[in-house]
Amino acid sequence: MRQLKGKIWVFGDDIDTDAIIPARHLNTSVPRELALHCMEDADPTFAEKVGEGDIIVAGSNFGCGSSREHAPIAIKAAKVACVIAESFARIFYRNAINIGLPILECPEAVREAKEGHEVAVDLARGLVSNVTLQRTYNAVAFPEFMQAIIGAGGLIDFVKEGLEEGSRHG
Amino acid sequence: MGMTITEKILAAHAGKDEVRAGELISIPVDMILGNDVTAPLAIQEFERIGVKTVFDPDKIALVPDHFTPNKDIKSAEQVKIMREFAQRHGITNYFEIGRMGIEHCLLPELGLVLPGDVVIGADSHTCTYGALGAFATGVGSTDMAAAMATGEAWFRVPATLRLIYYGKPRPWVSGKDLILHTIGRIGVDGARYMAMEFAGETVAGLSQDSRFTMANMAIEAGAKNGVFIPDAITDEYVKARARRSYKFYTSCADADYADIIEINVSEIEPQVAFPHLPENTRGISDVADVTIDQVVIGSCTNGRMEDLRVAASILAGRQVASHVRLIIFPGTQAIYREALREGLLDIFVAAGAAVSTPTCGPCLGGHMGVLAKGERALATTNRNFVGRMGHPESEVYLSSPAVAAASAIAGRITSPEAIMGKGCLG
Ligand code: SF4
Repeated sequence: MRQLKGKIWVFGDDIDTDAIIPARHLNTSVPRELALHCMEDADPTFAEKVGEGDIIVAGSNFGCGSSREHAPIAIKAAKVACVIAESFARIFYRNAINIGLPILECPEAVREAKEGHEVAVDLARGLVSNVTLQRTYNAVAFPEFMQAIIGAGGLIDFVKEGLEEGSRHG
Repeated sequence: MGMTITEKILAAHAGKDEVRAGELISIPVDMILGNDVTAPLAIQEFERIGVKTVFDPDKIALVPDHFTPNKDIKSAEQVKIMREFAQRHGITNYFEIGRMGIEHCLLPELGLVLPGDVVIGADSHTCTYGALGAFATGVGSTDMAAAMATGEAWFRVPATLRLIYYGKPRPWVSGKDLILHTIGRIGVDGARYMAMEFAGETVAGLSQDSRFTMANMAIEAGAKNGVFIPDAITDEYVKARARRSYKFYTSCADADYADIIEINVSEIEPQVAFPHLPENTRGISDVADVTIDQVVIGSCTNGRMEDLRVAASILAGRQVASHVRLIIFPGTQAIYREALREGLLDIFVAAGAAVSTPTCGPCLGGHMGVLAKGERALATTNRNFVGRMGHPESEVYLSSPAVAAASAIAGRITSPEAIMGKGCLG
């Protein structure tokens, strides 16, 4: 997996999926349309400001609320490289893995990060480095099963591989 | 060490004698649900897999309920994708408007989800069916797509938080008040990744409708699933609806719980959750002067007969305050008809309410009652996040149908007792 490096945008605790992509925009599932409204109800100017490869840093329970996959899709389509949070809500965590949006739980890194810092992420080793502060933190590693899904490029490709091998995962 | 009901249902589906919290399993599912927001995305992903047929056309339910009757061209196109997919694959459980309902009211009502089932739905409130003693959890569209192809889904077996409710509920205290109080106590991530098992003498006496309300909001504490141990009340509800066999599971006395919390219900007042999180709860006597512009009664949380009956008992012969818009949306067509037969709809309209066809509509700020900037609503729904029901600068408060109905009359958030005097468990 590639090394990610970018400017960070900092958000607080309990950022819900309605804030990430408000329901008023859910009458479409076209990624580039969703990207225009990414994080709109948390920061209305985010979609304009965010640059390719930037990283979202948030507090606990990021992505709580609805099961809408439009939330990680909007973030991915806004070209955000990765989300680092103290913790993720369950369905968001699952969806991000399933669609291939890199996410990491790393409370220490979140606590010391400030808007505008530059952060580098090594997904394979589960390391987060704050380039500005020159500090490196260990993130929570993915279980093997989830690494296999991410390695396959998301759940759909994982299932495809499984069906092609004719051996269903048991 | 014994197992919890959640572990037992998952073990049975995994074909194992035992599973433990933390274990990763891939298991067959009994029902897969999608709606007009999540299913079109799932269909697109399903087509990428390249299989020709769904694993079982009887085990998929497609319910267009969020933006239906379609509010605009885009949402009509989304439903068209579902409808055509349902036709192409012979999906038996596709529900067109006029025959539909809000998914989480509809599936149990039709006996499509039963005790002992494993159910996944591409909607976070799929956890509602835990009220029947099933394992039911929300997933995303990609999970739905994969399950439509393979019939399976992967899970990490959740640890269980056991909530024991005891004591006699005060007047006008319902399942909604118990769950709001619980979320206020443990927080919006208090049960993150966990199963919430609702137990104790008080819930043993709760109606099936109130149990649906409580399980519905397990996700609002971050839980993977909410579950009740099925009993005679469950059986009464399911036996007339089931068209296949079902099984009651129960937790062992020596099951391993992550935590056990005891809640004395006799101390709980009717609850109100303040903006912008369901955990910001207060007892009704701690609510100062909060005037409201709109009241919404309905949703997958409180759009069932018990909810409409209690609202009607308060609204009968009274008038909604002149500055308040009251919108009532029954959960399903069957509930709508029953309310019609019992004369409840007439009471609502006479009181000055608007009664809507079943839809998610205002609950997610979709249509049928979206809030303007600076407006304030009291709703019997489950979420009061920023912008949930409309403009990002509007506010949503959450309560039971009894508090909502009383408040619609008063024009400000008010206890039912202030309007009615003492009543019974709603
Ligand atoms: S009524 Fe509200 S919470 Fe329930 S399924 Fe519809 S949008 Fe979701």
